[in-house]
Amino acid sequence: MRKLLSYLKPYWKSTLLAPILMFIEVTCDLLQPTLLASIVDNGVAKGNLSYIIRTGGLMLCIALIGMVGGMGCTLASSISSQHFGADLRSAVFKKIQSFSFSNIDRFKTSSLITRLTNDITQLQMMVLMSLRMMIRAPLLFIGGIIMAISLNAKLSLILVVSIPLLILVLYRTMKKSTPLFSMMQQKLDRVNAVIRENLSGVRVIKAFVRAEHEKNRFATANDDLMQVSLRAFGLIIIMMPIVMLIMNLSIVAVLWLGGINVAAGDMEVGQVMAYINYITQILFSLMMIGNMLLFITRASASIQRVNEVLDTPVDIRNNPDADFTPISSGHVSFENVSFGYSENKEHLVLKGINFHVQSGQTIAILGATGAGKSTLVSLIPRFYDVTDGSIKVDNRDVRSVDLATLRSSIGIVPQDTILFSGSIKDNIRWGKKNATDEEIIEAAKIAQAHDFITSFPDGYETQLGQRGVNLSGGQKQRIAIARAIIKKPRILILDDSTSAVDMVTEQRIQQGLKQFIKECTTFIIAQRISSVMDADKILILSDGRIAAQGTHYELLKYSSIYQDIYNSQLGEGALIDA
Amino acid sequence: MPEPGRGHHNRVHTVIKPKNTKTTLKRLWHYLSEHKIRLFTVLILVAATSALTLVGPYLIGKAIDDYITPHDLTGLFHLLLIMAVVYALTSLFTWLQSYTMINISQTTVRNLRKDAFDKLQVLPVGFFDTKPHGDVISRLTNDIDLINNALSTSLTQIFSSIITLLGTISLMLWLSPLLTLVSMITVPIMFITTSIITKHTRRYFSEQQKSLGILDGFIEENISGQKVVKAFVRETEEIERFENTNAELKNVGIKAQIYSGIIGPLMNVLNNMGFAIVAGVGGWLAVQHIITVGTIAVFINYTRQFTRPLNELANQINTIQSAIAGAERLFEIMDEMTEPADNSDAIELTDVKGDVEFQDVSFSYKPGEPILKDISFHAYSGQTIALVGPTGAGKTTIVNLLMRFYDIDSGNIFIDGYDIKQITRSSLRSSLGIVLQDTYLFSESIMDNIRYGRLDASDDEVKVAARLANAEQFILSLPDGYDTVLSEDGGDLSQGQRQLLAIARAILADPAILILDEATSNVDTRTEQHIQEAMLKLMEGRTSFVIAHRLSTIRKADVILVINDGQIIERGNHAQLLKQKGFYYNLYMSQFSNIQDLTNAI
Repeated sequence: MRKLLSYLKPYWKSTLLAPILMFIEVTCDLLQPTLLASIVDNGVAKGNLSYIIRTGGLMLCIALIGMVGGMGCTLASSISSQHFGADLRSAVFKKIQSFSFSNIDRFKTSSLITRLTNDITQLQMMVLMSLRMMIRAPLLFIGGIIMAISLNAKLSLILVVSIPLLILVLYRTMKKSTPLFSMMQQKLDRVNAVIRENLSGVRVIKAFVRAEHEKNRFATANDDLMQVSLRAFGLIIIMMPIVMLIMNLSIVAVLWLGGINVAAGDMEVGQVMAYINYITQILFSLMMIGNMLLFITRASASIQRVNEVLDTPVDIRNNPDADFTPISSGHVSFENVSFGYSENKEHLVLKGINFHVQSGQTIAILGATGAGKSTLVSLIPRFYDVTDGSIKVDNRDVRSVDLATLRSSIGIVPQDTILFSGSIKDNIRWGKKNATDEEIIEAAKIAQAHDFITSFPDGYETQLGQRGVNLSGGQKQRIAIARAIIKKPRILILDDSTSAVDMVTEQRIQQGLKQFIKECTTFIIAQRISSVMDADKILILSDGRIAAQGTHYELLKYSSIYQDIYNSQLGEGALIDA
Repeated sequence: MPEPGRGHHNRVHTVIKPKNTKTTLKRLWHYLSEHKIRLFTVLILVAATSALTLVGPYLIGKAIDDYITPHDLTGLFHLLLIMAVVYALTSLFTWLQSYTMINISQTTVRNLRKDAFDKLQVLPVGFFDTKPHGDVISRLTNDIDLINNALSTSLTQIFSSIITLLGTISLMLWLSPLLTLVSMITVPIMFITTSIITKHTRRYFSEQQKSLGILDGFIEENISGQKVVKAFVRETEEIERFENTNAELKNVGIKAQIYSGIIGPLMNVLNNMGFAIVAGVGGWLAVQHIITVGTIAVFINYTRQFTRPLNELANQINTIQSAIAGAERLFEIMDEMTEPADNSDAIELTDVKGDVEFQDVSFSYKPGEPILKDISFHAYSGQTIALVGPTGAGKTTIVNLLMRFYDIDSGNIFIDGYDIKQITRSSLRSSLGIVLQDTYLFSESIMDNIRYGRLDASDDEVKVAARLANAEQFILSLPDGYDTVLSEDGGDLSQGQRQLLAIARAILADPAILILDEATSNVDTRTEQHIQEAMLKLMEGRTSFVIAHRLSTIRKADVILVINDGQIIERGNHAQLLKQKGFYYNLYMSQFSNIQDLTNAI
């Protein structure tokens, strides 16, 4: 909490001014009933007209002063809260940009997004409300009590009964409703999840003729939501009438005790009227405080979630004496590399990996799903740090090289193609900021993307929707390839990046790359034998270990796994048929 | 609702005007009409509550004038008893009214949601392919939320505001027309200032909403693509872009907050001024003996009561407008064209032999852009048909048509000699088993996901299917085994694992005709080998359509259909097609050019 408050520091002037101005407004509000009482008791009762006019005028002036206070507070609190929100959002965003892959994995993408959007909006709202309401309500409450007691101490006995009663009601409802509302949120999430599944999974649902099943599934979620909502709201709606009743009965009590006092001559009529006003103010402010507390309870979850992001230590950092020398040769070697995603050494994904790749060579990696292929290549650009052993590029440990320098010299086409909204040209230009149109077209041609891009009415200027939704899987992959190769990397990593491309196109891409690849070390993860058999070296991964390595010929002779794969894809008859 | 901050402003300030209020209201009424009696009760309760709320302050004035001032304690006691009863009734009625209304609104919203969802089930696949899913979800959640808000509070509040307003004015006029006039001085000021301010507020809020939308979109994209951002070392640029949008949001946000926040203090000052005016002028009138002190007390209470409903009315009308617009958007979904109903004489397909025939089938997703042109082929019972061709040639479309996800433009498709248009959709689809290009899984346990293929399958049967699909090994390595609950769309599994589950699901369904759409493209070769064995077993005796890029799969097919540009350009088995030295031959050779080199080398 204190940590987050430090984001208000630069705006301490407006942050401090807001409560002061609010104090002025509240004081002005509190003065009104007393002045009214004096009009009735000193003016009306004594027939003093000029006193009435003077006091009435004074009330107007005070109202205007109160307005200045109120508006000023609005201004100051808006400035403080919006700056606070923007700065905090920016801090969290920057923090995430500095996160390592494992940091991101641990948080999960969707959770990071909610923290950056909803949670921060909540906090911004909380600051705003705090500066406005949370000052106003307690001030009104305390001020009201002071005014009421100073007006008539004996009548204040009523408050001794009604305030604790009110607090009890508020406390009980809050305590009961908080879990109900979070349960309601869960049920709502469930309803949304079922809807989303039915939109994305429509083919499966229709193919298996499961409409009735889905209807039932939804009906359960829907009814659950209704039941919980009824309970949650049912609780909330009891609160208001009870609070009203306590307030109104307090007024009745004021009238009764006031009547007795007036009859005894201890009190005047105007005072009774003023007292009723104060009691309304006090009890209303108490309700406001209750609502605030409810809000804070919810916001405190957000505080925690945002702090978690800010407090996370970034586990991959630049070495303080990092080496900025650019990667020149692209020689890569893995020396006894072990790696696990978790701290637990028993769950190693890669175990004792050793291999060398000479500059300009092509190395292919084959292996079963989950064998650790993608993990292996993601260690090269230091997306993750090795648990044991070391990886050397240009005979330098990757951990000693400046991160940006290292990653800038590596081109990667990830398995899941992610494109960004913007034009196709913008997307390819991700690989090289200042790429010329010619360079973009060249890269697109190598990636076999030029033809389909130019077939769009807007060509390279075609705007992509979020994550490139308006392209097919194969088209996205080809743009991602263009994006990776345009930067002329020293090391190129193709992580199963032609899986959605048909064979003919893949052939052409391979040929294009061959011309291009001469200058750079290339890692290819692929499923098809035909994609890898040209490689200088083929690694076969199995259970995180290198089961075999060598050229196509060597493996065909000595590796039974490779022979299996080869036969499963090409069959023994393939050569005879051809 | 649980989101006090943004939700509130959404509702109040960005009002989307409905297009056709009358029809929408009529349809909404259809949902409400089943609660006619309860609605009527609510109206009576609201009227009663409003009346009682008016009586309260009046009784205070009476207590002061008639009993406290003349020191009549017995009379005061009796009046206070009445007041206590009045207040108790006010609270009771308020509760009854909200309770009934919440029941009405929750049931209505539940029914709306249910109907909208059930409607989704009968919409054609084309709807889901073309409509942005975010938009549909928003209609089923946010828009329904708007309706809920309007029903649960606005409706009664508007009614009670009007009654209170009218009641207050008449009571005030009855007590003292002069003081009424005086206390109304602030009303025009209030109207003018609020209308000026809300105009600005609305503008800035919609600007803020827009900025927020842009920022949220940017954030979503940046975070989901964070790994790519890092891979391409784009952090600095991304931070820069973020800062710009963030600053924009901040600037417009400050304006929106100031304008919306200023209404409060303004109303407060006008209230206090009204208070002062009533006190001053009332005091003066009391000295002149035109009114009593009690009347001042009553008026002070009434002026408070009077400004509140005025403010509220404006807000509530906005809420209702948004709700009607929301309902309109929801009803748009309910009005979407459904899959045409089965013919009345449609037959149930039973004991399917699996004889499939396409006769001159043509189809286009968009008129004028034909995807398939005059496709004809005959798959005899038990045959394996491989569909081969470049991306976008129309292979998946053939599957779509066979499943009747889309209906053909011309030609006929027959299964066992029956035109598929003459077969009920449910029996047609039940006899077809499918493993799709995009494997879709549900956020249920693995057991339930496989069981989706046949709902009444026992746990053992599910496990057998998983074993057949070679999925059991990885399933058992998961922390909860078969009971592991998947995240949405099985996001925590690898693509290969997802496909294994989809295959197990299809195996369990045990269909007469099997469709495998690139089902193996993301499974590694070793795993695929195991699947293929299982598949071969499964395909035995069943008509199977396979869309695969791998020649090893294709080569075993009885018939290979080579599709290009929506037409079958070659057909035959592997050996025949190679002899033709056509498209297929080239396709094959491109894959084997390497091997050719190899052969030469050896």
